[in-house]
Amino acid sequence: MSDPIEVSLTHRMNFPDKEDLLDRTAQGILGTPMDRPEGPLKVSGTATYADEDHPPGTVYGWLVRSSISKGWVTGFNTRDLRAMPGVLAVIRDKRMLRNPAQGQASKAPYQGPAEIFYKGQPIALVVAETFEQARDAALNARADYDDRSAKGVFVPAEAKYEAPRSQQASKGDLDEAMDEAAFAVDVEYHTPSMSHAAMEPHAAVAWWDGGHVTLRGSYQMLGSNKAELADALGISPRNVRILSPYVGGGFGSKLGISHEGVAAAIAAQKLGRPVAVALHRRQQFETTHRRSESRQRIRLSCGADGRMTGVGHDAWVSNLPAESFSEPVTQATPFTYDGENRQIGHHVGRLNITCAGSMRAPGEAIGVPVTEAAMDELAQAAGIDPVEFRLRNIPEKDPSSGRPFSSNRLADCLTRGAESFGWKDRRENGARREGEWLIGMGVASAIRVNMLVPSTARVILLPDGTARVETDMTDIGTGSYSILTQIAAEVLGLPADRVTTVLGDSDLPQSSGSGGSFGAASSGSSVMLAAKAVREKLAKRMDCDPDDLTLKDGYAIAENRRRTLAEVLEGDTLQGTGTIKKGLTSVDHQQACWGAQFAEVAVSTVTGEVHVRRLAATFACGRILNAKTARSQCIGGMIFGIGQALHEEISTDARDGSFVNRDLAEYHVPANLDVPHIDIEFLNDRDPYANPMQAKGIGELACCGTAGAIVNAIANATGERFRSFPVTLDKVLERLG
Amino acid sequence: MKAFDYYRAESPADVIGTDARPIAGGTNLLDLMKHQVETPDRLADVNHVGLDGIERDGDGLRVGALVRNSDLAADPSVREGWPLLSRAILAGASGQIRNRATTGGNLMQRTRCYYFYDLDTPCNKRAPGSGCSAIGGVNRIHAILGASGDCIATYPGDMAVAMSALDAVVEVEGPNGRREIAATDFHRLPGDAPQRDNDLQPGEMILSVRLPAPLGGKHIYRKVRDRRSYAFALVSVAAVVVMDAGRMSTVRLAFGGVAHKPWRVPAAEALLQGQAPSPDLFDRAADAVLDGATGQGHNDFKIPLLRRTLNAVLAEATEGSK
Repeated sequence: MSDPIEVSLTHRMNFPDKEDLLDRTAQGILGTPMDRPEGPLKVSGTATYADEDHPPGTVYGWLVRSSISKGWVTGFNTRDLRAMPGVLAVIRDKRMLRNPAQGQASKAPYQGPAEIFYKGQPIALVVAETFEQARDAALNARADYDDRSAKGVFVPAEAKYEAPRSQQASKGDLDEAMDEAAFAVDVEYHTPSMSHAAMEPHAAVAWWDGGHVTLRGSYQMLGSNKAELADALGISPRNVRILSPYVGGGFGSKLGISHEGVAAAIAAQKLGRPVAVALHRRQQFETTHRRSESRQRIRLSCGADGRMTGVGHDAWVSNLPAESFSEPVTQATPFTYDGENRQIGHHVGRLNITCAGSMRAPGEAIGVPVTEAAMDELAQAAGIDPVEFRLRNIPEKDPSSGRPFSSNRLADCLTRGAESFGWKDRRENGARREGEWLIGMGVASAIRVNMLVPSTARVILLPDGTARVETDMTDIGTGSYSILTQIAAEVLGLPADRVTTVLGDSDLPQSSGSGGSFGAASSGSSVMLAAKAVREKLAKRMDCDPDDLTLKDGYAIAENRRRTLAEVLEGDTLQGTGTIKKGLTSVDHQQACWGAQFAEVAVSTVTGEVHVRRLAATFACGRILNAKTARSQCIGGMIFGIGQALHEEISTDARDGSFVNRDLAEYHVPANLDVPHIDIEFLNDRDPYANPMQAKGIGELACCGTAGAIVNAIANATGERFRSFPVTLDKVLERLG
Repeated sequence: MKAFDYYRAESPADVIGTDARPIAGGTNLLDLMKHQVETPDRLADVNHVGLDGIERDGDGLRVGALVRNSDLAADPSVREGWPLLSRAILAGASGQIRNRATTGGNLMQRTRCYYFYDLDTPCNKRAPGSGCSAIGGVNRIHAILGASGDCIATYPGDMAVAMSALDAVVEVEGPNGRREIAATDFHRLPGDAPQRDNDLQPGEMILSVRLPAPLGGKHIYRKVRDRRSYAFALVSVAAVVVMDAGRMSTVRLAFGGVAHKPWRVPAAEALLQGQAPSPDLFDRAADAVLDGATGQGHNDFKIPLLRRTLNAVLAEATEGSK
């Protein structure tokens, strides 16, 4: 076969898209509820996840946890462990990680297993011939410590908080607005530490070929992960290859290179054999990122007409010492609702508990439900229906920066959603009862910023008229394989079964990776551009303008000529490379995804148990690329919200900062019976400022707001406001007569 | 997991009188072994010893130790005569776990106390004499009744709570022959030896559980928990109430999630028995049940929760009866 003919397109989003290419193509596959191409592999257990495909000769590592919360490791019973059956190595290498890298860090996180910052921190890796031998030896590890746990800070109330200047903002005079307002609320909410608890715990297997390491792991962003692993090991990124063909859920916990990857690579290098390291569920809870707990003070004011005059949002979150990430709780507050007088405060405390990092919709996931609950409180104070109150306060443009919105469909979502849900049947607080159950309805807006991240992909059209998509993008359960296949098929006019999508290999063109709900729009745009470059080449061969070319079902059609792609290609391979970059539209417009969420709950007057009876949501997030995976993303996000409202909380022992409920039996994510019928509706939407596909993020949006709707429904049912998440039955019980 | 010997027992005789730990469904023991909370030297696989039938025993029923939870809950005669047991089993665990878990194994289920599972913390149940981390620690799921200064763990299961209320009898055999233990007495209080969950002696094996004749009446198992399925009870109430001419002729009550064993208070039952139902009477029964109840801080709420749940269950059980 001859060398491919290469074409490329790079596009920077400096201007809104006016081409509407995806509204003009003919295949009609994009947006359909196409099944996942890899679905049969996953449901038959034959899709191999990170720890399910080991090279011959693989040996196994198990991480040893620190039993103190702060101090230094001064000694280790290495010799005893080395004498145990099958043990090959006890590794305490200064390149091992204190905590996983933060998302998009592209450099190693804090390293060194000798200084202890939190209980459970990995302090060694024991490697043995079998998994069982490794774990047995690791459980027999005994470290000597210089134990400074008594100086540890384990509870937020005892932490010292910093207020980084760049993260404070104010406009007008909020205090005065609050004083003069007809109605005002000044309330404090609390949200707990939470864990991603993805179905697949972190795992990696590493092997070396000379100075080159290959790591098969479970990661979300291979481009930056490659740089992080290289930096951690002190080698060039050129000598690192990461493979993550399937990822069993990430939610942000696999954004950065983690303990298991670095430890496996170090051990494999030392032993000259492939080494697999998988985290136990308990280690996943204890050593990978948590979502920070938060304390949030919300101040809102409005006039007698229900028009808002002030918005204040102060947040207190935490992280380990020297960790730059802090949960951006107030991210959506500056632009969601009107109000001349505004204040944003952000405070970071240092704690000796497991590292905090990004978890599904960092910021909005906990900031939006809290502001939405406070909005409900203000609506109630003002005696205005909560939907109407929100509608009255949707700004024309970003009230903090003055920037126009690329698109703001919040009002449409609220109006349409209220109608679909049957909001008009909502009664006064405490007015609806069925037997022992109090019934209530609640609403919350859903807001999440929309992002575009540089992404590159290759689309190869082969001489037989089939195509291959190649990019280092990951599919973390979101549906990347589906949508990238659909985008290429749509632009090239191919049935989906003639397109193969290859992902999860860092040797492929670097994509955005999966995170921040930017993956579909960013990597999708790069695939669209790559396919578009090929399409333009085909137009040339058909002797027509690209606008006059129709590609459908493997045929190229121009004027009255219709040829198969194989005929047009004449034995050639066309290889298109597409790159998308963000540009001025991210700066001169406020971009966000919008939604309205509705919940109906029942609260037991006997036990305080809260059951969610139904959920409904209306979303506007640009073009929908696959109706089924989009809906699945929203269902997953809203279930996430149920957990946040009612169940999920890392219980921390205040004496040493340890997470006591670090398994799925005691850390409660919603189970089947907790999840009611969920209705999801997408508005027909396009955002030309977002990217050339005019699509936006989905998965995170769906979890922003759900918990707010649920606690507002609880307030409607009981007449009581619960300002501490999750609303467990003991909190309800306390307030029931 | 520590290395161990394994053998497959062909009959109870292969197990009784040995130092081997019987393993059936392994739904709890395997977890504990992986964490090295339990490190048995020898496992006897009892899945093939028989004892897997449910048979009539006069007016009662004899349930083999190897009957799976799913099978027991679905058994037509159990559903007919002892629906409380069926309901309690179905309130526990998940379908997959119930398919593996057995009657005998479930009785042997150990506590879910967080610290019991954490080798790096003191725990008198796991390492006698080391102390109790739950006292002064996170104790939301812990006992309010019958706890000691050495241990505040709870027995976490549901099945045994129903068996206790139903006056079931556990039939065991040891090197010195067979004996019977009332289900209510099978589990013990922690006292100063919390490492012992129950009264089963070394070398003894559970053969079966005998259910006495059906009581009739209303059977209610109400389990209050942090999520609606696959969560252990914060509080559970098992109740059988038979009404006769407007009075409660038979009352059986047992409580889960509140003590080191299924909690049974004969005085509370006696108070109700023969009386006409009333909220005031229910409240007095709750007083009797909660006699001596002590919170540990995070679990204080279990005291009012138990009272409210009991009152609601009794109201439901006596509702509409003349």
